[in-house]
Amino acid sequence: MSNLQNIAQRAIDRAKTNGASAADAMIREDDTFSVTVRMGEVETLKEAISRSLMLRVFIGKRTATSHTSDLSPAVLDLLVDETVEMARLTSEDKSGGLPEEAIQRSGFPDLDLLDTSWETMTPDERISLALRTEAAALSADKAITNSEGASFEYARSRIALANTQGFNGSYEGTGAGLYCVPIAQSKAGMQRDHWMSAARHRNQLATPEEIGKRAAERALRRLGARKIPTCRVPVIFDPLSARSLLNHIFEAVSGSAIYRRSSFLVDQIGQPVASPNVTVVDDALMPAGLGSSPFDDEGVPTQTTAIIENGVLKNYLHSAYTARKLGSKPTGSGTRAASGAVTIGPTNFYLKAGSHKPDEILSSVTKGLYVVELIGFGVNTVSGDYSRGAVGLWIENGKLTHPVQEVTIAGNLREMLKNIEMIGDDVTFIGSIAAPTLKIGNMVISGA
Amino acid sequence: MELNKSIFFEQHNVSTSDLGTYLSEALSRGGDYADLYFEYRINHSIVLEEQIIKSATKGVNLGVGVRVISGEKTGYAYSDNLNREHIIKAARTAAFIANTSSAGGAIQVPTPLNQERNFYNIPIFPAELEIRQKIALLEQADHAARTYDSRIKQVQASYIDETKHVLIVTSEGKATWDLQPLVRLNVMCIAEENGKRQSGYQGGGGRRALEIFAGELSPPALARESARQAILQLHAVDAPAGTMEVVLGPGWPGILLHEAIGHGLEADFNRKKTSAFAGLVGQKVGSELCTVVDDGTIPFRRGSLNMDDEGNPTHETVLIEKGVLQGYLQDRLSSKLMKSALTGNGRRQGYDHIPMPRMTNTFMMSGESAPEDIVKSVKKGLYAVHFGGGQVDITSGKFVFSASEAYLIEDGHLTAPVKGATLIGDGPTVLRQVTAVGNDLKLDQGVGICGKDGQTIPVSVGLPTIKIREITVGGTEK
Repeated sequence: MSNLQNIAQRAIDRAKTNGASAADAMIREDDTFSVTVRMGEVETLKEAISRSLMLRVFIGKRTATSHTSDLSPAVLDLLVDETVEMARLTSEDKSGGLPEEAIQRSGFPDLDLLDTSWETMTPDERISLALRTEAAALSADKAITNSEGASFEYARSRIALANTQGFNGSYEGTGAGLYCVPIAQSKAGMQRDHWMSAARHRNQLATPEEIGKRAAERALRRLGARKIPTCRVPVIFDPLSARSLLNHIFEAVSGSAIYRRSSFLVDQIGQPVASPNVTVVDDALMPAGLGSSPFDDEGVPTQTTAIIENGVLKNYLHSAYTARKLGSKPTGSGTRAASGAVTIGPTNFYLKAGSHKPDEILSSVTKGLYVVELIGFGVNTVSGDYSRGAVGLWIENGKLTHPVQEVTIAGNLREMLKNIEMIGDDVTFIGSIAAPTLKIGNMVISGA
Repeated sequence: MELNKSIFFEQHNVSTSDLGTYLSEALSRGGDYADLYFEYRINHSIVLEEQIIKSATKGVNLGVGVRVISGEKTGYAYSDNLNREHIIKAARTAAFIANTSSAGGAIQVPTPLNQERNFYNIPIFPAELEIRQKIALLEQADHAARTYDSRIKQVQASYIDETKHVLIVTSEGKATWDLQPLVRLNVMCIAEENGKRQSGYQGGGGRRALEIFAGELSPPALARESARQAILQLHAVDAPAGTMEVVLGPGWPGILLHEAIGHGLEADFNRKKTSAFAGLVGQKVGSELCTVVDDGTIPFRRGSLNMDDEGNPTHETVLIEKGVLQGYLQDRLSSKLMKSALTGNGRRQGYDHIPMPRMTNTFMMSGESAPEDIVKSVKKGLYAVHFGGGQVDITSGKFVFSASEAYLIEDGHLTAPVKGATLIGDGPTVLRQVTAVGNDLKLDQGVGICGKDGQTIPVSVGLPTIKIREITVGGTEK
């Protein structure tokens, strides 16, 4: 048993001694390194080891949670005692409690989350990755005149979890990201865009040159962007902007939104909610996936969950609590918020690739908008109403023409999902949520 | 206040002589400047949902951040363990940024700065109060929301308080400390009618104890406002699409200033010339009706601080006076490199983050128009009074924000409520389009959270009623 597992075990043992009927504790320890370079010079260099313990106690059906970055025994003991006292003051909640013992396991699959070869990289080599990325962007075109910088971030994380039903497990993973934000300038003004790569393994990370060049291309093509008149046209989301739609779907199928009835997808299991070509999964078991883990933050074994299959809504995502509340089974989606409370989180949550090449999708549009970035918070998951600021490129006869900005795209998520007409073969994982190119039949563009 | 009274000396075995050692280590490879940021932060939160107290949470964050500046470079390391050897290790790691082999200048022994002022001088901190008193606030809110209208089906009320001890010690010999309270109450309602569902939200708070929750911040008042918004949305019409005249109501719509102007005036973006406002000091960037201020010294406000997170006193900073850009919001690094005066805007999320120029309480000064006359002067437009949130691209200057409560204006009268209206515009031009400013400046109720580079901090915004000649409204109705 690791040192972290021992600390977690000690905390729940103490909770039990103090009158808790059940408890669980998770510890997260991260060794982190990050460097930001700008205009060829190191701007910031940051390194640390951080630890955090998240505790949950139950007294019957009452619960309280706590978290601390201070793991010294005296502080921890006091916090455990206070947490038990707090639990006495909350209400009975009949769905409360740890996950059923029967679904917990001790053996877990090896998901290939750790790559120790990162450790052999010196700080200078790590800095050089960021420098090369920015250099590739700056040298891509003379219109790239400035930069918000490039950064390399690395973390090695250890998770330990123990509960009073005898579960005590741990796992370890690595992850790194390389990110670049060049700025292009012309008489029409400045434009920035970005590109990145993220991976658990060294050999899965895109090369600095690839990332820098792509980031530069994305910034350059935005130069001279202008408003377009208000219109109703087909909209194509590139894989980066399409990811945000997957985020909205995730929020709408999360068990906590469902029991609160604060989702436009409530009461619709078995119903068609999207176009028949749409399949969405939450797959925690993807080898080396950025969102993969052997068990969730409550010790429930993780799984592959069909969310939407051929357009039909199949499952919501559940923690032990939301599953009990809605008469369903936990899907291994329990996630600890920084506060220590358990919420619902995505693992590798993505829309499956379709059969179309991105060019083919473009060719199918006579007049429309190709969206590359969305900003603002104009999405109402309760009603499905959708209206966000968009940046993109105008499509004319199947070709990208001029860049567009200061417009919004609006609709309702219910109709948008049913109007997904074409799906690209280009699912792009730069995080745990991913999507391919998507074409939506029509949306209102609001502009001049 | 004496340095020795800080909790870090009393409870965490930090001594004055150690501080000198840590700073020497931090500057052992050279470097112009180093500082230590000790933080001990306690949070409590309680959530009421489905008419029961679902959870209570306590959080403890303790740690120290060590920063070394060498020219434009910053080295940073932190430790969540305040033992001597851990802090020395962090100091050595941060020192790595400076690569001159010569040792830095002599370290002055820190002496405490006497802080006379206190913008949150309260006898008792919310964290010290009985949990039962806090639960009572939530129960009052729940009751008020449910009795407001039978269509209110869900109420989620939450209470959060924070007590933050900060000690900042610099290689220039300055040592300052502060004790910062913060409290907030939120009420979210979901209304349901004939299968249609809508939500409403209202919150309030500041740097005070529970007596702040009175008047329009009382739990029943917050709850009724939240319920009213949810009910109103049930019958709201789809928002129009296209450009039109827009009137913003007083208070929280100040989020427009925060996004459209405030972020673009943060010094780091202007020093690096990545902001659409770079190089425009002394130039006209808005109509003469517009005077915009960032003021971190308003008593009990959510964005107020006695000192910023670099130990410098906060200020009232006039950013734009009668339409002319006066200056930027500075932190230490940018003020040195730009040779500008400090404005007390160096802020950070916690000991594990590097400080940056950030806003405090940002608002537009009152003008002379009566608010009702402003609405009357609009033939066809939109009146927006409540917003969900906003975002800006500081390089292109484009901003977006989402109205959660808005009405059509037809012939000078408010008519149908509209839903889902997003406003999109251009920061550098929106102030030029301000054609009327009301005499009714109001600050928001104390719920603002500002994000930048992954760091979130509490802020406040404010606005009088203003009229904007033309802005794009992103709805679905052509």
